[in-house]
Amino acid sequence: MKRGRWWMAVPPALFIGWFFLYPVGELLRLSLTQPWSGRLPGGVILFTLGQALASTVLTLLVALPLTAVLSNFDFPGRSAVRAVVTVPFVMPTMVVAAAFLSLGLPASIWTILLAHAFYNLAVVVRTVGTTWSRLDRLPYDSARVLGAGRFTAFRSITLPMLKPSLLAAAAIVFLFSFTSFGVVLVLGGLKYRTIEVEIYRLAVTFLDLPAAGALAIAQLLGVGLVMAVYARAQRGAPTQLVPEMSRLRRPGRRTGLVWAVVGVTLALEVTPLVALVRRSFQGNGAGWRFLAEAGTTAVTPAQAITNSLRFASITVVTALLLGGLAAWVIAGSGRRWSRYLDLTLMLPLGTSAVTVGLGFLVALDRPVDLRTSWLIVPIAHSLIAIPFVVRVTVPALRSIRAELMEAAAVLGASPRRAWRVVELPLVARSLAVGGGFAAAVSLGEFGASTFIARPATMTIPTLLFRLLGRPGSASYSGAMAMAVILMVVTAAVMLLADRGRVGEMGAF
Amino acid sequence: MRHRSSVVFCLFGVALLGLAACGAGDTPSTTQPTTSTSATVTTLASPSTTGGKAPVTLTLLSHDSFAGAVTDETFAAFTAETGVEVRVLAAGDAGAMVNQAVLTKDNPIADVLFGIDDTFLSRGLDEGIFTPYRSRHLEAIPDELQLDPGGRVTPIDYGDVCLNYDLAAFGAGEIPPFNLEQLLNPEFAGMLVVEDPSTSSPGLAFLLATIASFGEDGWQQYWEQLIDNGAKVVPDWNTAYYSEFSRYGGDRPIVVSYATSPVAEFLFADPPVEAAPTAVITEGCYRQIEFAGILVGTEQRVAAGLLVDYLASPEFQSTIPITWFVLPANERAEIPAEFTRHTIFPAAPLAIDPATVAANRDRWIREWSEIVLP
Repeated sequence: MKRGRWWMAVPPALFIGWFFLYPVGELLRLSLTQPWSGRLPGGVILFTLGQALASTVLTLLVALPLTAVLSNFDFPGRSAVRAVVTVPFVMPTMVVAAAFLSLGLPASIWTILLAHAFYNLAVVVRTVGTTWSRLDRLPYDSARVLGAGRFTAFRSITLPMLKPSLLAAAAIVFLFSFTSFGVVLVLGGLKYRTIEVEIYRLAVTFLDLPAAGALAIAQLLGVGLVMAVYARAQRGAPTQLVPEMSRLRRPGRRTGLVWAVVGVTLALEVTPLVALVRRSFQGNGAGWRFLAEAGTTAVTPAQAITNSLRFASITVVTALLLGGLAAWVIAGSGRRWSRYLDLTLMLPLGTSAVTVGLGFLVALDRPVDLRTSWLIVPIAHSLIAIPFVVRVTVPALRSIRAELMEAAAVLGASPRRAWRVVELPLVARSLAVGGGFAAAVSLGEFGASTFIARPATMTIPTLLFRLLGRPGSASYSGAMAMAVILMVVTAAVMLLADRGRVGEMGAF
Repeated sequence: MRHRSSVVFCLFGVALLGLAACGAGDTPSTTQPTTSTSATVTTLASPSTTGGKAPVTLTLLSHDSFAGAVTDETFAAFTAETGVEVRVLAAGDAGAMVNQAVLTKDNPIADVLFGIDDTFLSRGLDEGIFTPYRSRHLEAIPDELQLDPGGRVTPIDYGDVCLNYDLAAFGAGEIPPFNLEQLLNPEFAGMLVVEDPSTSSPGLAFLLATIASFGEDGWQQYWEQLIDNGAKVVPDWNTAYYSEFSRYGGDRPIVVSYATSPVAEFLFADPPVEAAPTAVITEGCYRQIEFAGILVGTEQRVAAGLLVDYLASPEFQSTIPITWFVLPANERAEIPAEFTRHTIFPAAPLAIDPATVAANRDRWIREWSEIVLP
């Protein structure tokens, strides 16, 4: 179904062009014009791809039981579980890695994979879960009535309907694992180097731009490969969606199983976080006392929270606007160039933060010098958030039956009215999920940590790092307390995002 | 009506955007009551608000450790004296900061750079990012700190990377190691944790200390023996100190850290302690010196010189120990008593000249990796 006008693609294209393609292109051009240092960093590429693939598989395996439970059963605490599951996603990797180590896990490849699953569980739960909870029960129930076993019915009915969102979640998890830095650095010991870690070492320690640039190109090709596989796998009829409430049932006989799944999965997610909370209360609340005292930190925790929320709100609005426009254009079939727009918007997810940061420095000084402006932070966050919005919204848009829009037109609605009254409410839930991710990306400061930041605009993660940067049990406990604050703020924002129903229609 | 909520939502979003845009651009001190903890950020005041000439604002580029402790008071005296406001940028660690300055040297993002240390000094000087400036405080700074005869950078502070040990791990009658060779003894097997020199500044400093101690021909063998004796290598100081060091629940009582770490342990202990719980091993320390310089291409050459002078002045230098846990370069600066009481500063720390470090760093790190990494 053709939808959206071509001009809708212009704002997101301009954004990604000016704030991603141009800076990264400039940096690559600069690095390729410098003399070759002789370093050949090829070995890391295969390992990076391998661990990303393994991480994706493990994450899906760990996340799907919980997703199944959240999508099919309505039980007390369901929204709380959904909110809590997103908290790990925003936790700074240094802190999480330290928590894993404190739990006695050795530095090894399995710990890396486990940490990736810990982080990215939220992606699967929120992406796949949103679709699954809105699948029509009728085909599944019909198959069961006609004699299919539970597994057969799941495999032949539900799974194909989930395919688009499963692939979307897998693509995002793969790219996040592909560019994972802190987790690999700390939990891999020194044996494991990924492209991201190598780019950091080459660019920062050695200022070897040609080698770093070569690896950056390898990363971009990696994203292209992932998107090609994704596009090929996406072929097939889109899923039809229904309102959520019609699918959810009381657990009934299954209560035990439901709570077992929730309990086990939450145990994985929550145990490292509990370790952090306990650490913050060590010494009778030393960390909290430290934060409460005036003058111990450059900004107060309250200011850090305000800064984080400010950046998050700008990121959410930008990502929803630009991502929404892009998704509308991409979801309309029949435009070749929209696929290239889709691929281009995904590139930042698979590009090293170091590359983007250095690109900003070399490129963004004309016509306006943005290099040291606070705007850099929400721009960087939006680069990561927009692909989330697109990935989550496009399948939802494609699932809207063309007949609905045609019926609206036949009944006299203008295209704009039809969009507002029919299309928008149907994708509202996906937009809310996309907006939630945008907020999470911003709160967790993905991609902005190597940029120039001004002390006054310190956010929660930045203040956390400052406190971790010096010895002293009170500062350390203070850092743990900041981590707890981040957890609470994130959970609150996620609960809010889940409540955001933009005029969702009832039964229709 | 059902769709009214969507309109409200959109308006709310736009309002938030507007509020956020206004708010984030302002300094925190204008949107909240002034407190002594709000960080100092000043934006260029527009001529209309000052009613005449716009005040000069200098941009100081530094690393996270410096910028993270900057408050309103840090440069208040400087602004009061000269009328020049100071805006501080934090650019990551020292290496990242220097690289960013090098990459933007044609159109610099700041006027003054502070925090370039001796291991990166050659890179900065060779890339020509500084314009020479001789501060009037240079005469009060010891000669051994003035590593640049060309006067392009001014020494501001120095510190030592030393082995730290946990007092609690060494009971009565157990003597901790007192130099680098002792670390090879069997009674200290499995006690040491060090950082990777390619991703950690103290890690690099420790490697350089061993190279300075044992020479080009001996350091590789030393490291082989060190690893054989159970030394553990981790990627960064944070992991080493807060995850592996026995003071924080790890199982390694000897860690590569700073000479001032025991002082910080004393000052930031909660509940308070009577004496520092850790101590330094004064042999095998490596000296790190930090410099400030005026960046080429700045439009505020005179004001930048004033700022460098202020950084080297006894007034500012006296605030350095307690705020940043390093020692002031200016001999006339006062060092608080509690600072010297809780640690021992090495009398003869090791150092390798910056040009040699720059020329050999890559090779040394590569050789180190071959010896140490499995």
